[in-house]
Amino acid sequence: MKSQPDSTAPVLNKAVPVRHPGRWLSAVIILGFLALFLQSLVTNSNFRWDIVGTYILDVKVVQGVGWTLLLTVASMVLAIVLAILLAFMRQSDNPVFRWSSWVWVWFFRGTPVYTQLVFWGLISVLYPRLSAGVPFGPELFSVDTSVIVTSTVAAILGLGLNESAYLAEIFRAGLKSVDRGQMEAAEALGMGKTKIMWRIILPQAMRVIVPPTGNETIGMLKTTSLVLAVPFTLDLTFATNTLANRTYLPVPLLIVAAIWYLVITSILMVGQHFIEAYYGKGVDNLAPATVNPGAAKAAGGGADVQRSIETDFPEESAR
Amino acid sequence: MTITTEKPLVKIEGLHKYYGQHHVLRGIDLEVNQGEVSVVIGPSGSGKSTMLRCVNLLETISAGRIYVGGDLIGYREVNGRLHDLKTKEIAAQRREIGMVFQRFNLFPHKTALQNIMEAPVQVKGQSKDVARKRAYELLDRVGLADRAGHYPSQLSGGQQQRVAIARALAMEPELMLFDEPTSALDPELVGDVLNVMKDLAKSGMTMIVVTHEIGFAREVGDRLTFMDGGVVVESGDPREVLSNPQHARTKEFLSRVL
Repeated sequence: MKSQPDSTAPVLNKAVPVRHPGRWLSAVIILGFLALFLQSLVTNSNFRWDIVGTYILDVKVVQGVGWTLLLTVASMVLAIVLAILLAFMRQSDNPVFRWSSWVWVWFFRGTPVYTQLVFWGLISVLYPRLSAGVPFGPELFSVDTSVIVTSTVAAILGLGLNESAYLAEIFRAGLKSVDRGQMEAAEALGMGKTKIMWRIILPQAMRVIVPPTGNETIGMLKTTSLVLAVPFTLDLTFATNTLANRTYLPVPLLIVAAIWYLVITSILMVGQHFIEAYYGKGVDNLAPATVNPGAAKAAGGGADVQRSIETDFPEESAR
Repeated sequence: MTITTEKPLVKIEGLHKYYGQHHVLRGIDLEVNQGEVSVVIGPSGSGKSTMLRCVNLLETISAGRIYVGGDLIGYREVNGRLHDLKTKEIAAQRREIGMVFQRFNLFPHKTALQNIMEAPVQVKGQSKDVARKRAYELLDRVGLADRAGHYPSQLSGGQQQRVAIARALAMEPELMLFDEPTSALDPELVGDVLNVMKDLAKSGMTMIVVTHEIGFAREVGDRLTFMDGGVVVESGDPREVLSNPQHARTKEFLSRVL
């Protein structure tokens, strides 16, 4: 079906492209600065790359990386669960839900995360014992607050609750971005509210929600360095600071910390890429979905049952 | 399906709709018998889409009653007093009524097949195998058996609208509502959608069609209703209304669209 080249084929325009001397000039300047910087990395002995090499895989440092990751993941999971709840409550018909959600966001967004972390560290001073029971009535059981709210729990609560307020706004924006017609179409099919939210609205909202949430996760990775306010003393920043104080060599240990934060950020960015691809299905990402060929045969629609994956692109499926 | 003239499937009585102070529907009465195709035409802003949306409660009903299959839509009437239905009860009523929108409103994150399977599986609790088999049959019926794995964004407007019709049919409704189903389509794609609707009408489906397609009204409609300013101006046999309109307003409208 290829069209034959023939004598009437048009002569293609081969225009001389516009020259961009400014681009070349700016490239030379930037590369010059880069070369100077790289040279200093090698020649400036104050960087102490030998110390960086010694401590990059130090047990304390690697454990610090583990704790930082744990705090990041746990507080983000807590924040995401709360944010979904808060965003749904904000859209609810129930005015008490809407109001509670608003107050929550107002409070946790309106106070510094450092203050909140100190507060969670002091919770056992404020409430020495936690008990469950009827208000003004009998007590069912009680336990020392410090047993439940350890410094790890305090750090996760402090980071997670603060983050939930920011994420709630991101989720709210995402839910609002979905076309009103989607809700109507699902309602017209007789779907219930919960199913509409989870199966129709939220998956589409995720396209808008994921990029800023990835941003927040990377932000959280670095915010974990504030947990010494609790005080929590096992994370990466605290570990490298301790080593720096012991060795009187702050610069190489800052570099150790920076390298690890960059490595983790890079890994998180890869993860975000795949999550974005997943939720971009049908809009940004048009890889054809798999279809069960057995059902196609059963339906007798004349479908080609030899295909294990129905691509539905005629040139690929018509083998 | 047999046509029974005594008991209409849809009965709209004295329907009013306000948006704040704006009085959009000013007392609509309309009956649609089982198996009948009722076509509603009128200028934009005449309230025809609003009326259609009231039938499956996408709009609240300000005054009046709508019955579908004998059931009062949106309310329970106890001792002459109306009580709002619960969300779940409204959802149950909507399952009997299929709706096709002007802008298709397919779920963009699901393929054509998944769009059709969604409600039968999630709402009716059908097994995926049963729903998938049925979805393929419906895709075949609307002429899109080879488009099952396509996402809506990979389909033309006409194809999307035909998938949307199949999606509504998958719930096996007793009534289908069409809200200007061809208004958002390129002219050369309108025919495919109208043909699917014609086949559906032939199969005995009860349909209310809000449209600007006068040809469709003449060919397929059992009844034509002309609305303007929130009231029914004229209603009757489509061929009669179109060839011999009784009201000046109908004549004026038809002279501009024909």
